[in-house]
Amino acid sequence: MSPATLFGIMAAGLIGIGLYGLIVHPGALRKLLSFNLVGAGVFLLFGVAAQRGAGAGFTGDPVPQALVITGIVVAFAASALAVALLLRLIEVEHEDDAS
Amino acid sequence: MMMVFDSALALLVLGVALLVVNANGARTAVIGFIALGLLLAVVWVRLGSVDVALTEAAIGGGATGILLLRACGRLRPSVSDTPSPGIILRIVAAALPVLLVVAIVAVVLDMPEPAPSLAAQAAAPMPELGLGNPVTAVLLAFRALDTLLEKVVLLLALLGVWSLTQDGRWGGAPPALDDGVAKGSLTLLARVLPPIGIVAGIYLVWAGADHPGGTFQGGAVLAGMWLLVMMAGLSKPPETAARWVRLALFAGPALFLAVGFAGFFIADGFLAYPPGLAKPIIVAVEAALTLSIAVIIALMVAGPAAKAPR
Repeated sequence: MSPATLFGIMAAGLIGIGLYGLIVHPGALRKLLSFNLVGAGVFLLFGVAAQRGAGAGFTGDPVPQALVITGIVVAFAASALAVALLLRLIEVEHEDDAS
Repeated sequence: MMMVFDSALALLVLGVALLVVNANGARTAVIGFIALGLLLAVVWVRLGSVDVALTEAAIGGGATGILLLRACGRLRPSVSDTPSPGIILRIVAAALPVLLVVAIVAVVLDMPEPAPSLAAQAAAPMPELGLGNPVTAVLLAFRALDTLLEKVVLLLALLGVWSLTQDGRWGGAPPALDDGVAKGSLTLLARVLPPIGIVAGIYLVWAGADHPGGTFQGGAVLAGMWLLVMMAGLSKPPETAARWVRLALFAGPALFLAVGFAGFFIADGFLAYPPGLAKPIIVAVEAALTLSIAVIIALMVAGPAAKAPR
């Protein structure tokens, strides 16, 4: 089995584990973590495509690699926004409890 | 031999992922997630994508890790550790993910041969650009529009975080990151590491033209150094309305956009570079983008303003 196939199967596993976490966890922070696992798995599938497309003296096809770099940064931005929303939600609940 | 290493690595990744999902406490799960980020960086190296490995280690594991750990600390335990469903519900819930995994594995095992690739098309115009790293060439030349729009997305996400500021605090400083606790070893680290980290971050950007590295990786390292100094209590987060903060946020996207429009006059169109000048322009844009990315990442982790502006 080539590394690309092996890591492709692993990526599928990551997506599955992430989706399972997304379903069973009621807490928003754990859902966010699970969602990031799904993202990591999807990004790895791009990595598999990049490695299979190696050529022209490069160790991988640069186009999927560039897409994934953009994707990782945007995923971080989305997580930051989600965390900020989550913390604000808890503040609001505190205020409701207090009043 | 490498096959054994790869298999062990794949099993380790799946094991840590299971830990992240099944851990009892949110904090354990987040620490597992950070470890997973580092393991995935090794997987990316094995897949031959060193640029992505650096990004995954710096942003996927590092920056996301700090962000989630801080969120954990501020969540009430009752909220983060709500009771999880029973064993029967768990088995039922596992059915859908298992189906999805089977489907994706079937796709992975049946990839088209020969694999589609744009490597040759990406390689052809690279000598003209003067760049040696094909990923940087794709990010800042061939698909520069994507990268420009992504910068705008980052700014919008930061605006989204800031929009959660309470009334009357807009423009103030985010809460202090040090929690008011004296930490001897952390303070020492925050004094010793940044000079090395800042050089390493700038090197990653400069080397990114020809070798693995680039604006995101370098910017994330610089943001990490700044966050370290703030978490040790050696510096406070700046006011979000401070002029230098706004300028730093704006510098990268603005220069990129200006270069884009200049392309109409000095080259073939939007975001086109004049022949011979491509590399200096790309390096200048990268420098400004790195500054913006570092400030955006650090301020996203710091969160919305918690104090009224002075």
